[in-house]
Amino acid sequence: MISYILRRTFAAVILLLVVTAVTFAIFFLLPRMAGQTADQLAQQYIGKSPTKADIAAVKQNLGLDEPLYAQYWHFIKGIVSGATYNLGPTTAHCDAPCFGYSFKNHVAVWPQLTSRLPVTVSLAAGAAVMWLVSGVVIGVISALKPRSFFDRTFMGVALAGVSLPMFFTGNLALLLFTYQWPIFGRTYVPFTENPAQWANTLFPAWCSLALLYSAIYARLTRSGMLETMNEDFIRTARAKGLRERNVVARHGLRAALTPIITVFGMDLGLLLGGAVITETVFSLPGIGQYAVQGITDNDLPPILGVTLLAAFFVVIANLLVDLLYAAADPRVRLS
Amino acid sequence: MTELSKTGAALGEPAPGNAPDAFLAVRDLKVHFPTDDGLVKSVDGLSFQVEKGKTLCIVGESGSGKSVTSLAIMGLHRLGAQGKHVQMSGEIWLDGKELVSADPDEVRRLRGREMAMIFQDPLSAMHPYYTIGNQIVEAHRVHNDVSKKVARKRAIEMLDRVGIPEPDKRVDGYPHEFSGGMRQRAMIAMALVNNPELLIADEPTTALDVTVQAQILDLIRDLQKEFGSAVVLITHDLGVVAEIADDVLVMYGGRCVERGSVDDVFERPQHPYTWGLLGSMPRIDRETSERLIPVKGQPPSLINVPSGCAFHPRCPYADIPKGDVTRTVRPELQQVGGGHFSACHLSPEDRTRIWTEEIAPKL
Repeated sequence: MISYILRRTFAAVILLLVVTAVTFAIFFLLPRMAGQTADQLAQQYIGKSPTKADIAAVKQNLGLDEPLYAQYWHFIKGIVSGATYNLGPTTAHCDAPCFGYSFKNHVAVWPQLTSRLPVTVSLAAGAAVMWLVSGVVIGVISALKPRSFFDRTFMGVALAGVSLPMFFTGNLALLLFTYQWPIFGRTYVPFTENPAQWANTLFPAWCSLALLYSAIYARLTRSGMLETMNEDFIRTARAKGLRERNVVARHGLRAALTPIITVFGMDLGLLLGGAVITETVFSLPGIGQYAVQGITDNDLPPILGVTLLAAFFVVIANLLVDLLYAAADPRVRLS
Repeated sequence: MTELSKTGAALGEPAPGNAPDAFLAVRDLKVHFPTDDGLVKSVDGLSFQVEKGKTLCIVGESGSGKSVTSLAIMGLHRLGAQGKHVQMSGEIWLDGKELVSADPDEVRRLRGREMAMIFQDPLSAMHPYYTIGNQIVEAHRVHNDVSKKVARKRAIEMLDRVGIPEPDKRVDGYPHEFSGGMRQRAMIAMALVNNPELLIADEPTTALDVTVQAQILDLIRDLQKEFGSAVVLITHDLGVVAEIADDVLVMYGGRCVERGSVDDVFERPQHPYTWGLLGSMPRIDRETSERLIPVKGQPPSLINVPSGCAFHPRCPYADIPKGDVTRTVRPELQQVGGGHFSACHLSPEDRTRIWTEEIAPKL
């Protein structure tokens, strides 16, 4: 078990290195391949109409004139031991782990990520609880009475839930419950400051996000339960004389929910890397919004940083899911 | 209804509605499932009885209604999504209680306590995520108000009784960690944990290694002697029947075609389908050069059961009775000896002649 975790952790580190290489290549190799010169890259970091000398200086400061592998090496070194950027007249130090430095806003990327992470975690965790509970409950009831009125109604709502984009449901929720009838707050307040206000502001975002996901989870649970309730071991449980609700809860749900762990872990991991659209719609200052800002500003380091953070969460979620699954299903051996 | 009472009277049983003397008595049981393709008559008028301490084997091909019969006795066919559409009639008497008309919750309380069931494939019949011990403990605690500790002691005791070595260790094992035979033993331990008086075994040896089959049958027989329970064993393996049965019931197309003691059915079978089953059974005392004689054709559809005698399309002797009686009139069970019944249009003389001259010498 311990050796398995160690091996998986080692593999995760390797995987993340590969992810940095690929991401780095996308941001710095692809523009070169598309014919952009180092000069043009450097120009992005200076104000309007720069002189030749300015460009050359920036190029040198940022290391854009170095070969790509050297640039990549600097980047990796920065994550481990920090980096110092020469900004011409001044220098900026970026402490380890340094995930780059935004030259547009003159701030290091990592502190930005850590300060925004609680927002994204708040959004993802709250929504996850909501969609998991509602999705599973609806799924189970639907599976126990397939093709009933309840089943058809909720599977219809579920279909709408998956189909409606966040631009629509999110904005509708905002319009109705934040502006028309101002029940919910507009600006994010950290949990540590005021938990009630925190929940109050996040609630519409949670609901909108949960609607999207609970639809998927209701369908997953429903099909899983329908399959499980036809298994032989369910018949055995009934043959023991168990009450039907115990048959469903102890034997049916236990087996049907285990595969959902996998999907849930992956979804949560993905969301922690930034719920881009939800954060934008609800003006939540999270990771996703940071990425959008970086893209709009054509600011590469924040985008690179967010991409790596997202990859990190997905890899970690994957590892946790495998460990959890082994704990939930005794037939799975970790070796 | 007149038909039914006639058969009932012929079988020497009390009239319908009255409690029978037998421990388990099934009377004119019908279990029908409506489907999109039509009404599936899985069991269509079945009657039999089993005394305590006796074993009844129900034999027949796949789809003859044997498993549905066993599920119906347990009340299990009515549960689940499919269950609410089931149409069921007739009577099932267990120890003086009628189960078909009983409240489902009352039947539930009998399940696992007075009647228990062993299933065909012990791997899929046990929950993969719970230990063997937990599953036996659960079975015990449903009907007994005891602590987990006491129930666990009982589980270990039962595992020991069914011949599982190191029961105090294996009790914490998961089903997938057991071999097929050990798993079936554990399944039997689970079924017997509450000392049921009726044990139903649905093909308990089919999924097992041949070498293990005999051990499991021995175990069932020993436990039956010890507990004095009635056993209904569903199988398609006549070897199993010869090994364990007191009485045999041969099912075809959801109905009983022959019923009698194991000697009656093996030594003096009175139905062409039984002859077919006996002819297709490999025997160790037969020359290896001799071929088995299969029953030609396919088992009947339970939606469109053939008219008249359901077996007539496959019966080599269907043309012997005069007229088209085999195609138009459904044969009822008739007594052909003490406790021996057969549903066939052939005259007793014809049956005796065909059996002694044509069938028996080939077996």
